[in-house]
Amino acid sequence: MTRPTPTPAPAPTAKSTTAAATPAQPPAPAPTSALSVSRTTATAARVLRQLRHDPRTIALLVLIPCVMLFLLRYVFDGSPRTFDNIGASLLGIFPLITMFLVTSIATLRERTSGTLERLLALPLGKGDLIAGYALAFGTLAIIQSALATGLAVWFLDLDVTGSPWLLLLVALLDALLGTALGLFVSAFAASEFQAVQFMPAVIFPQLLLCGLFAPRDTMHPALEAVSDVLPMSYAVDGMNEVLTHTDMTATFVRDVLIVGGCALLVLCLGAATLRRRTA
Amino acid sequence: MMNSKPESRPPGEATTQAPPVGTTEPTEPSGLAEPSAPAVRAEKLTVVRGPRTVLRTLDFTVPRGQITGLLGPSGCGKSTLMRAIVGTQDKVTGTLDVLGHPAGHPTLRTRIGYVTQAPSVYDDLTIRQNLDYFAAILDPGRAAADRRHENVTRAIADVDLTTHADALAGNLSGGQRNRVSLAVALLGTPELLVLDEPTVGLDPVLRRDLWNLFHDIAATRGATLLISSHVMDEAERCHRLLLMREGEILADATPEALRTRTGADTVESAFLHLVDEATQAARTKETGTQGSGTNETRTKETTR
Repeated sequence: MTRPTPTPAPAPTAKSTTAAATPAQPPAPAPTSALSVSRTTATAARVLRQLRHDPRTIALLVLIPCVMLFLLRYVFDGSPRTFDNIGASLLGIFPLITMFLVTSIATLRERTSGTLERLLALPLGKGDLIAGYALAFGTLAIIQSALATGLAVWFLDLDVTGSPWLLLLVALLDALLGTALGLFVSAFAASEFQAVQFMPAVIFPQLLLCGLFAPRDTMHPALEAVSDVLPMSYAVDGMNEVLTHTDMTATFVRDVLIVGGCALLVLCLGAATLRRRTA
Repeated sequence: MMNSKPESRPPGEATTQAPPVGTTEPTEPSGLAEPSAPAVRAEKLTVVRGPRTVLRTLDFTVPRGQITGLLGPSGCGKSTLMRAIVGTQDKVTGTLDVLGHPAGHPTLRTRIGYVTQAPSVYDDLTIRQNLDYFAAILDPGRAAADRRHENVTRAIADVDLTTHADALAGNLSGGQRNRVSLAVALLGTPELLVLDEPTVGLDPVLRRDLWNLFHDIAATRGATLLISSHVMDEAERCHRLLLMREGEILADATPEALRTRTGADTVESAFLHLVDEATQAARTKETGTQGSGTNETRTKETTR
């Protein structure tokens, strides 16, 4: 067997050594379209596989909302009406907060570990990556919300007039909104410390103004106007619609469309923050 | 350890981990039909990062089917040059053609394999899961599943990690994670491999095996390799060398030519000789009397 040595003028057609096998070649160069289903699902599967190696995170994600609801139920032991209101709102807020945190850290790690640079040097569309993350965390959010909703409705006597499926739908959209916000915000965080600090910066004002603590129409008019343009207000509003109405009301449809639209808009903004070329 | 003598070539009898395949005739990349076209051609290439000009008006070519070593001290701009070639570096001016396209062109994304200096793999996935994912990005679709599996197995064998294939990347040693990162770049059929210090932190045996692998890839797959290093004894293993210093190319020649032209017996002393010469030339230029400090290895003055 001849081993190639660094001679000054190597013939590229040198006698073949058996050591390096010729790799299997794809028949044609793979297309680099804006959104490829198989690349998106591969990304989602990869994100979920990463999480599977981290069972503690999964346990925390799934169990904490349930524990909080349980706690809340007995905090308001004397006034079940209050529990109905706050509990339903929280069913929408939990997925938003947890997905925001998980996504912002996960994308930040992707940026700092160099894997994002590598991925963007490969034929991966920015949309594939964003959609992959949204799909993976959306799946996780379904599990989280299903457990929390099931616990609240069947075991903690949360009194819902409408269908629990609608609660689940709003929760899922909230989770997507959280994922979108997390993706977007991670572009502006240089470290995990900063990423975590974006949580109070982005989520807390929405939490105060969403109508959880005081009805929005009783706030100072300026704050009410601000709360009108924050997506979490509509998430909580949607939950309360399900709580008090048997059918899908027009307000509910509006709320769902606003939350979904915001999630989509922020996801696009997040995609715009991914740069193939960096300084 | 490698001594810095000129005969420190890759040992002739060394064997790399070889996959059992190898009966197939190597398919030649289309680029070989025109050997005159270089893999990389740069003219007046300049890169600015913040207030600093990291690369100053570089002119060079990287020939196809060969191993070109990019050598120079840390911070001289090697990584920036590699990022510019791969198309991930911002603020690049001048001409930079890679495999016949402007650097960063979308069609190049499947044709270039790139390994960053720090291993860029997912620590919370196993080696095989890492490669499976990157393979799915390169060659997507259910129909390609068998081909992907074959490529992943081969790439793991290439970097000699078959016995660790199911270990989490985060639990591997630094050198092993580097090799996972390298395996990702070997997936598919890259015509150009850009490797940023791929042998840093590896023991001598592994370094030798990897260099043998690089030579195999260049010879049997006809691929072009651009490998950076700040370890000068690795220079002897390259077909061609680009010596860099402070964002400029000091020399572009074969290791032999470098040694004979500078009268040094190692590339390391040849490099030092050229650095001294460049400093001298810059100094004489400052004082106004231009010395005849250039030689035929395209030595440049440091100031313009």
